Amino acid sequence: MDTKISVKNLDAFYGKNKVLKNISIDIPRNKVVAIIGPSGCGKSTFLRCLNRMHEVVGGTITGSILVDGEDLTKTDPVLIRKRLGMVFQKPNPFPTMSIFNNVAAGLRFNGVRNKKVLAPIVEKSLKQAALWDEVKDNLEDSGVNISGGQQQRLCIARTLAVDPEVILMDEPASALDPISTSKIEELIFELKKNYTIVIVTHNMQQAARVSDFTAFFYMGELIEYDKTTKIFTNPANKKTEEYVTGRFG
Amino acid sequence: MINSEIQPDIENSRVEINNTAVRPPGFFKKVFGTYNLGDFIFERLTLLFAVLVFLLVILMGYEMYVGSKISIDKFGWSFLTNSVWDPVQEIYGALPIIYGTIVSSFLALVISVPLSIGIAIFLSEVSPGWLEKPLSFLVELLAGIPSVVYGLWGIFVLVPWIRTDVEPFLSEHLGFLPFFRGAPYGFGMLAAVLILAIMILPIVSSISRDILRSVPQSQREAALALGATRWQSTKIVLKDAKSGILGATMLGLGRAVGETMAVTMVIGNRAVISPSLFDPSYTMASVIANEFTEATSEMYLSALIQLALVLFVLTIIINAMAKLLVWSMERKLGTR
Repeated sequence: MDTKISVKNLDAFYGKNKVLKNISIDIPRNKVVAIIGPSGCGKSTFLRCLNRMHEVVGGTITGSILVDGEDLTKTDPVLIRKRLGMVFQKPNPFPTMSIFNNVAAGLRFNGVRNKKVLAPIVEKSLKQAALWDEVKDNLEDSGVNISGGQQQRLCIARTLAVDPEVILMDEPASALDPISTSKIEELIFELKKNYTIVIVTHNMQQAARVSDFTAFFYMGELIEYDKTTKIFTNPANKKTEEYVTGRFG
Repeated sequence: MINSEIQPDIENSRVEINNTAVRPPGFFKKVFGTYNLGDFIFERLTLLFAVLVFLLVILMGYEMYVGSKISIDKFGWSFLTNSVWDPVQEIYGALPIIYGTIVSSFLALVISVPLSIGIAIFLSEVSPGWLEKPLSFLVELLAGIPSVVYGLWGIFVLVPWIRTDVEPFLSEHLGFLPFFRGAPYGFGMLAAVLILAIMILPIVSSISRDILRSVPQSQREAALALGATRWQSTKIVLKDAKSGILGATMLGLGRAVGETMAVTMVIGNRAVISPSLFDPSYTMASVIANEFTEATSEMYLSALIQLALVLFVLTIIINAMAKLLVWSMERKLGTR
């Protein structure tokens, strides 16, 4: 298996409160890994450790996170977040910016100012996010005057524009209607050709549909990690079985 | 067949609900229809309070107009354009006073707003939690100091310092500008500007801080997750908060325009228009506070009331402009 991200002995804390306990997990290249588990199990925290957003809210970690062999915990977080893009639970486009500028925002943070350079990247990213046809005629409109599902695809386009290696998705469809959800899921299927994707989800059907591998987290621990088909049909751990069959969580 | 059996049942139950859930119509229902009495009182009472505010504004404007009728009839618009304020000759031109009010307030804003925004950014975006609380408290404490205390401090600390250090320094290095010429009295426009800047600092910075804090955390995270530095993500937050910060600035301006005691203690109280910040000046609020006891003639009193009317209208204009600016900005953003 070609490993993209290798997490070893990761502990995460909020103050003195330990929210992730000794997580070790290998995430394969160009695959979709779903993280499932009941509320408060640490799955979002795990995702936010991967691009060092955990420390933004005052958290700390110990252990190592290797991306292509390089330890993220010893690098500048600003550089890491360009390599590991993130899509949040609620669509959060910048309200002061047009659709075009929303997509270009990440590149502008990197110092790209020339509109001739930006325009093709914005178009490509919006096409990748399957939003281009819907917004190409009003790129100068505000990024918040489109529907929730469109806003979330705009956020995905914004993430893609920075050309990350990994896309981290934190329940990207939980605030959306069923049609928008299925669009996002199709998109994930397309994106995994070029990107490694880690998706946190509450929705077990979604995990089963979109992912190649599934990790089950419970009370801050990684209980089981295997091929998605195995987790959902023949899990090794009894807790996993109880969760995927809906007996708790 | 089945329908006809079910139908009467539903009707029966409906009748029953009507009979039990709603009280039989009594006096109250006859008068107020289906109104709930508590809600009725609540709505009318709050409406009354709201109307009261409106009436107060109208009444005050009217009273001031009536009180200044003699002066308005005699001077008309020249009250605003004439620059001689001479109670002995009974000539009242408020231009230097209006000039002093606007210039002192505006310059105070120029000094205070950048500082306030800096303080607000530190408190909301940068400061660690243990430092943020005491610092916020201190900033708000500044707002609670009575204006006369600022004035006293101005007379005994600020003015001597300006006289011996600031003004000689400025006239030596920037004396080629008309703003920094003349004798270093200490008392004058410069002292008033500095004291006003300090006095509006807490209100502008604490409101700006609240505005910055109200920008959702998701905006900061969105920027950071795209590889923004802390400064870049703060710029995004500032853009979101722009209209609110403008509103805070206007509140500060409103306070500066109306500030009386501290200003009158340090500004020198002379109704002259001079480009130099070293020269004494006068503001509308301080003229009123200083001269109402001496206003023995009818005309004098009337002129002072007209000055109050001008101040009143100016304040209304400032507030209206603030609202318009905030609205137009919000419309441009297409949010909220």
